[in-house]
Amino acid sequence: MDFATVLVAPAALSAISAALAILISLTDKVVNNYGEVAIDINGGSRGLKVNGGANMLVTLAESGIFVPSACGGRGSCGECKVKVNSDVGPHLPTEIPYLTNEQLEENVRLSCQVKLKGDVEIEIPEYLFKIEQYEGVVERIRDLTHDIKEVYFRLTDGELDFKAGQYGQIEVPPYGKVKEPTQRAYSMSSVPSDTNHVEFLVRLVPGGIVTTYVHEHLQEGKKMKVIAPFGDFYVRDTEAQMICVAGGSGMAPFKSIFYDFVEHGTMDKRDIWYFFGARTKKDLFYLDELNELQEKYERFHFIPALSEPEESDNWDGATGLITEVLDEYLRNTISTETEKEGYLCGSPGMLDACMAVMRERDMAEEKIYFDKFA
Amino acid sequence: MNPPDISLIPLLFASIFTSNILLANFLGMCSFFSISKDMTSSNGLGMAVTFVLFITSGMNWVVYHMVLVPLGLEYLRYIIFIIVIASIVQITEMVIDRVSPKLYITLGIFLPLITVNCAILGVSLFLEIREYTFTQSMVYGLGSGLGWWLAIMLLSAIRKKVEKGPVPAPLKGPGITAITIGFMAMAFIGFGGMLPVQ
Repeated sequence: MDFATVLVAPAALSAISAALAILISLTDKVVNNYGEVAIDINGGSRGLKVNGGANMLVTLAESGIFVPSACGGRGSCGECKVKVNSDVGPHLPTEIPYLTNEQLEENVRLSCQVKLKGDVEIEIPEYLFKIEQYEGVVERIRDLTHDIKEVYFRLTDGELDFKAGQYGQIEVPPYGKVKEPTQRAYSMSSVPSDTNHVEFLVRLVPGGIVTTYVHEHLQEGKKMKVIAPFGDFYVRDTEAQMICVAGGSGMAPFKSIFYDFVEHGTMDKRDIWYFFGARTKKDLFYLDELNELQEKYERFHFIPALSEPEESDNWDGATGLITEVLDEYLRNTISTETEKEGYLCGSPGMLDACMAVMRERDMAEEKIYFDKFA
Repeated sequence: MNPPDISLIPLLFASIFTSNILLANFLGMCSFFSISKDMTSSNGLGMAVTFVLFITSGMNWVVYHMVLVPLGLEYLRYIIFIIVIASIVQITEMVIDRVSPKLYITLGIFLPLITVNCAILGVSLFLEIREYTFTQSMVYGLGSGLGWWLAIMLLSAIRKKVEKGPVPAPLKGPGITAITIGFMAMAFIGFGGMLPVQ
């Protein structure tokens, strides 16, 4: 067999595949050409003229309206809900798991799963219009623990207006085997008054696209896109006691919230209990800062708890799972007289367990606010 | 090449009735089982399968005889046939989505799964083994598609009746369906000798 014969098979295979690919993309051009379609938002308060054919999430983003999406349009986070008032066909099997019966009835859809084929009327929360895309340059990046980094961006093209506790999405460019820009959601840990900066805490998730990039490739001076602000995890303006629970990089929104309180003088006005769970001492961070707040403000209480302290840690603080520590405090230390609000941020497992404890200790379900990392 | 000496009309009828791709060769059973629950989707899928079969049998014949045979690459036929089928299914999917979004949603996952519907690859391989001419291939592809369509429509009609009958609990669903298919197959194969396909 000479060299030419060896090449014939791959060449034929490639030629046939290429011909078919051309055929498909031609059909795509002809069949998927829906022309210009109109999107009517919130009963005529805004109108868009866009090209049809793509999914609603992408189309809206191209017009500068950023519906939240933690997964970037793969239908796996269920965040990009939009109420659709026109007929765009029945719900897809990919949407149903993320919608409650009520939402199904109201025709709430996952915008990443709805293809724009004609004029539609949709309803989205007004705050989404505030969401914008910014360009950030990494000003500082430092290790907080062995697996959490603090990344501080300077925004080069505008000022970010957000409520402490909300989150943003950062987009990493393609790198290594990752061929597409990828977005993931992180809570802002900087204070809102620092309008031309934004800070995130990023914990390394093995195999995670964005976390790996941040931990291994991101350096000071590099640029990144930041889309913000999103979410309804912010402090309600009441007098109630705040029972805050966080783990790992769930620290981020609380850092923002507490320093925002310091600036606005709220620290002296409410009782705040902040429980932070970690495994060993090497998973703890911001201890000095938080202890300083505790010394300065009588009504702020910081309770770090270690679930598996090592002997070398010389730990004399609370020990045990964060749920056990929380339960203990709710029963014995925290006043049962005053009203309470729960604020939780961390992994789904930790959140569910803490919510169960809070419910058992008679905290009202609707007053427990949370930010779940999925 | 020695194409079999069959005229087109008998070949068409043979592939629809006596050598029905589903009931004589038992190809393409998965979607036959699951989609036949509902008559409207059966009709839609039958149409899609017929269309894909008709187009792919022609295309695969051309690719096989015009490209693979002259280059001595017959051994690539499995992979090439599948590529052709996958592309045609992709195109069919786009067209259905545009023309009838409702049907697109009813067919759901079974539409892309036509790609791996063994009836389709089976037909392409049959026409290569039986050395059909181009016209014979197109007719055989069309006939097989119509046969598949007919079979799934018949089955879904029977299932509608059977559903209301006193089926013993352990046989409900797939059990009675498999038995029904068996009877249908016997009826079809009964005429097997009348019209040859090769």
